[in-house]
Amino acid sequence: MAILIYSENSGLGLELLTAARVIAADIGTEIKALCLNDEKQAEDLAAAGVKTYLIKNNAINLADTASVAGALEKAAGQLGVSMVLLGSNRRGKELAGRLAQKLDAGCLTDVNGLQVINGKVQCTRNTLGGATIATQQIESERQVIALAPRSFGEAATIQGGGIVQELTIESKASPIKVIASRNKAGDIADIEAADILVVIGQGMEKEDMILAESIAKILHGEIACSKPVATDKKWLTEDRIVGLSGKKCKPQLAIIMGVSGQVQFTVGIRDAHTIVAINNDENAYIHQMADYSMVADLKEILPQLNKALD
Amino acid sequence: MNIVVAVKQVPDLQQVRIRNRQPILEGVPLTLGRIDKNALEAGLQLKEANGSNLIVLCAGNEEVEETIKEALAAGADEAYLVLDNRLADMDGSLSASLLAAAIKKIDDVGLLLFGEGSGDNYSGQVSSRVAEILGYPQIGYASRIELEGKIARVTRTLEDSEEVLEVELPLVVGVLGDINEPRIPSVTQILKAGRKPKEIIELDDLDIDLSANKRIATLSNLAPKNERKRAAVKTVNDLVSALQAEGFAGRH
Repeated sequence: MAILIYSENSGLGLELLTAARVIAADIGTEIKALCLNDEKQAEDLAAAGVKTYLIKNNAINLADTASVAGALEKAAGQLGVSMVLLGSNRRGKELAGRLAQKLDAGCLTDVNGLQVINGKVQCTRNTLGGATIATQQIESERQVIALAPRSFGEAATIQGGGIVQELTIESKASPIKVIASRNKAGDIADIEAADILVVIGQGMEKEDMILAESIAKILHGEIACSKPVATDKKWLTEDRIVGLSGKKCKPQLAIIMGVSGQVQFTVGIRDAHTIVAINNDENAYIHQMADYSMVADLKEILPQLNKALD
Repeated sequence: MNIVVAVKQVPDLQQVRIRNRQPILEGVPLTLGRIDKNALEAGLQLKEANGSNLIVLCAGNEEVEETIKEALAAGADEAYLVLDNRLADMDGSLSASLLAAAIKKIDDVGLLLFGEGSGDNYSGQVSSRVAEILGYPQIGYASRIELEGKIARVTRTLEDSEEVLEVELPLVVGVLGDINEPRIPSVTQILKAGRKPKEIIELDDLDIDLSANKRIATLSNLAPKNERKRAAVKTVNDLVSALQAEGFAGRH
């Protein structure tokens, strides 16, 4: 039985291919990729060497999870699929449960790593709000696994990549009408892609934020924050939130300023290669998860640090 | 019309301690999931605007009867509870089967609200599974919900875009954790909560096979290893030296 990969996001689709190859290498199964009304994505996936199927049917409505899940269910049936890998971005996560229910499958979402042991795919994911990492496996024959973005690298284009095959799938008219669709205003910061992050929390005063931003700039990094800084104080936009309900980042360096270090936050930054914590409270948990920890008043040291780095 | 808000009872995560990388759950009080409270608040605001009846729905062990008081105090009109002590540790598939079976016992369901993910597991699959079982359309990651008669207008916020959608009820909506600020019930409301109607559904009344719904095996669940250097740095100069030694500062 084959593995099917699908994400509406092209980069994520190529990451799924890498993950599928880890599984296929062990259990010796075929990988098939599916694209919905996206020829460019289909060509990119095929160029990475996976057998790619393209469904062209404008009745399939991306905004209607039931419509997409219906198309995937039918494709899975036609293509002899027992395992579906999805992206665990918002669309993918919403899709995962619906598709799993249609397929009578067990489902794991937000999976950030996997390995095959004795023919079973063991997945790791955060639980208890990020306090722990669980290793779980799906016991049912049919499986839907949604992989968190950036858990695997993108599969590269290979010489003589495959061809795209069209697949015909019927789809009913969707009951969901798209009234408007817009990109979020302003620059969307990609803090997940940054090598260096300067992360600020509620222990910082607003007037000092400019110094933190300056340090981020000097180091060619991005500024990021704990959730309250964006949602309560609105000093930064929500695309800069690190944590359970924000982004999970793995920078080379994270300089964390004025964050106490509750697990809902640390889960988003604990995979950083090097962590520097600066907080005036010596008992703040953040010091325990830092490689370099400094108990200091931000007001005092931010100007000094700026000067020393510049 | 009934608005149903499905909630999950979870351990109070602020009080979970880690010992030898093991989470200690004994003695940790149970509470409603953090984002479930946002779903409840969204339901309350719609109830107030449209005059609907608000039912809070939960499946779990006997302690749910106590935990649910918080939702009744906040303004839910009644509770539907599936109670059984075998329901302590359910996976998403079983939760969804139980909730959907309970919803079928409620008349005139217009809107079914969930949080985007539970407080403990954050898997986010239960709302989608329930929508599929009931055959309802669904909209997840909602940042705004308006009702006009039988039509819902919902904004779904994705990572870098948002879409405004219109659909006829009934509908399943999963709300974002920042859609609103949940209200805090007053002491009087808390005292009155115990007298609000509760419909207790026995597991045996629902035709659900517990073992057939067990699809996930948890092999281990441990706090991550902490392998940080934890070196104390006294001065800015020491910090800059450390950053240079790690190859960060001075490379621009």
